[in-house]
Amino acid sequence: MISLEGITKTYRMGTRDLTVLKGINLNIEKGELVAIMGASGSGKTTLLNIIGCLDRPTKGKYFFENREVSRLSGNDLARIRGQRIGFIFQTFNLLSRLPAVANVELGMQYVSGIDRKKALEALGKVGLADRVHHRPIEMSGGEQQRVAIARAIVKTPSLFLADEPTGQLDSHSGEEVMSVLLSLHAEQGTTLIIVTHDAHIAHFCRRIIHIKDGEIVAEEKT
Amino acid sequence: MKQWASMFSTVWMGVATHKLRSILTMLGIVIGVAAVIILMSVGKGTTESVVSRISSLGANTLFISPGFSTAQSGVRTSFGSANTLTLEDAEAIASNVTNIDVVAPSSTTSVQAVAGDQNERASVVGVTPEYAQVYSVKMSEGDFISTDDVQNNTRVAVIGANVQATLFPDTDPVGQTMRAGNYIVTIEGVMQSSGQSIAGDVDNDIIIPLSTLQLLTGQQLTPTGGHIVRSIGIEMTDAKYSTQVTNDITSLLMERHNIADGGTADFRITSVEALLSSVSSITNELTLLLGAIAAISLLVGGIGVMNIMLVSVLERTREIGIRKALGARGHDIWIQFLIEAAFLTLAGGIIGVIIGWGGSYIISRTGLFPTVVSPSTIILAVSVSVGIGIFFGFYPAWNASRLDPIQALRSE
Repeated sequence: MISLEGITKTYRMGTRDLTVLKGINLNIEKGELVAIMGASGSGKTTLLNIIGCLDRPTKGKYFFENREVSRLSGNDLARIRGQRIGFIFQTFNLLSRLPAVANVELGMQYVSGIDRKKALEALGKVGLADRVHHRPIEMSGGEQQRVAIARAIVKTPSLFLADEPTGQLDSHSGEEVMSVLLSLHAEQGTTLIIVTHDAHIAHFCRRIIHIKDGEIVAEEKT
Repeated sequence: MKQWASMFSTVWMGVATHKLRSILTMLGIVIGVAAVIILMSVGKGTTESVVSRISSLGANTLFISPGFSTAQSGVRTSFGSANTLTLEDAEAIASNVTNIDVVAPSSTTSVQAVAGDQNERASVVGVTPEYAQVYSVKMSEGDFISTDDVQNNTRVAVIGANVQATLFPDTDPVGQTMRAGNYIVTIEGVMQSSGQSIAGDVDNDIIIPLSTLQLLTGQQLTPTGGHIVRSIGIEMTDAKYSTQVTNDITSLLMERHNIADGGTADFRITSVEALLSSVSSITNELTLLLGAIAAISLLVGGIGVMNIMLVSVLERTREIGIRKALGARGHDIWIQFLIEAAFLTLAGGIIGVIIGWGGSYIISRTGLFPTVVSPSTIILAVSVSVGIGIFFGFYPAWNASRLDPIQALRSE
């Protein structure tokens, strides 16, 4: 499903070039549950952004569902993101002025158009059926992250990308969010990639990829 | 279709969740549109009232006034002061030119008018009965000057509403006498107030028979013995004869005044029609000028829209990043912000129309200016305000559409 060949990403910082990813090769099959681990600054978020079609590699080839996407236009990438990929961010990235259900509808807006019924269903799946009209500021971190998960699953993507999904949550809420994510993965068989520096979270996954200084240094399977 | 519904609900959320900012954005447009509508309505109202005053004289009216006369010394007098028109000219026009209904020669002098212990400086106009028809005089009391009055040089007068108010504040003037200059006249009628008109202000006039005026002021005669008059008013049977009547009068008077073909006429013929068109072209230009001044405030409002939209894009960078991560393409974002700007200015425009309409209604009710709100002004103001939204929203929306999703997501 995902095939990275020699992915390199270089940022220009003033006069200096900063290479964040140094020739990453990686294959991920459909339905896999993968953790990408590394310290901050290791390049794991950049890797996730490239996998999520938010960013393009400087060098290398990226096949997403057998399609070379590393040279696609911004609009083509946006279409892939909208239809195929669900994001879950560390900081939730909800629109604070909109109620939960409207935030979930955002996930459909650019794909199929808004469907209130589906949005409510998705909120039900993450256990927030009674919180649909609350705004993010009226919710706990764990609830906010579950709204974000509902937003990601409402369009039934083929790939979930979670960037430090529990990074801003206490351990209890973190467990809760992880169990929602894992049960959705188990139910729908959607590919799930979690970026984290938390070994505890990573050990929920069957495959753990360690990144250091822009290179894959180790891989473990449980 | 579903996409558009989502787009409008997105725009509505953007507007409704930032109420203060939305109101401030609209405010400039509201003020601009209201100013345009009020000023244009004042301009149009003034035009219409001037035009209706002029056309109350009737489009079928012509006025002949004296022009230059060149004295034997070669000194030319100022226009209109020459003694070139005579009563005999008027009679000749009446009997020789076709398609004329009535001819009303008149002359004016200024006297001190006294009645009881009241007195006033008033102008005395000597007229024939036809004057009433040409100048649309209506009586509020008594009768106008009659043919008998003119034939017998009767010492009677008809007075204007202001003259009545000054000289006879408490009594009925009809049948009473007053002194006009050195002569005593009996008042036989009072005219209705007509307000200011191009024919002069009849409200301040004392009208007496033309023959009486000539007697009172000592018969003013031309060297050839004609009785001098100040003006000749003519009412044609129909406005369509204007050119023919003007030409016929011109050749008749040129002949009577011994002016060779191609010489300079010593009189001038003015038609109400021509006057109307020149007056309305002037007032239309004034209306445009007023509108242009108001349009500047609309332009300033538009710059305000751009300003606030730019701030709004900055403030909502993260939102844009989220939308892009969720699959929004550049033009989805662009259209969202463009529609938002157009929506705000449309709403501002509509509110501005309501305020402007109300404002001009109040202005006309207080009697400050006559106002007319025309549908074309409203359509223009609303479409211009939407256009401003799209024009000034274009750049901020484009800025928003080009944001890099990763950078936008990172912004706080």
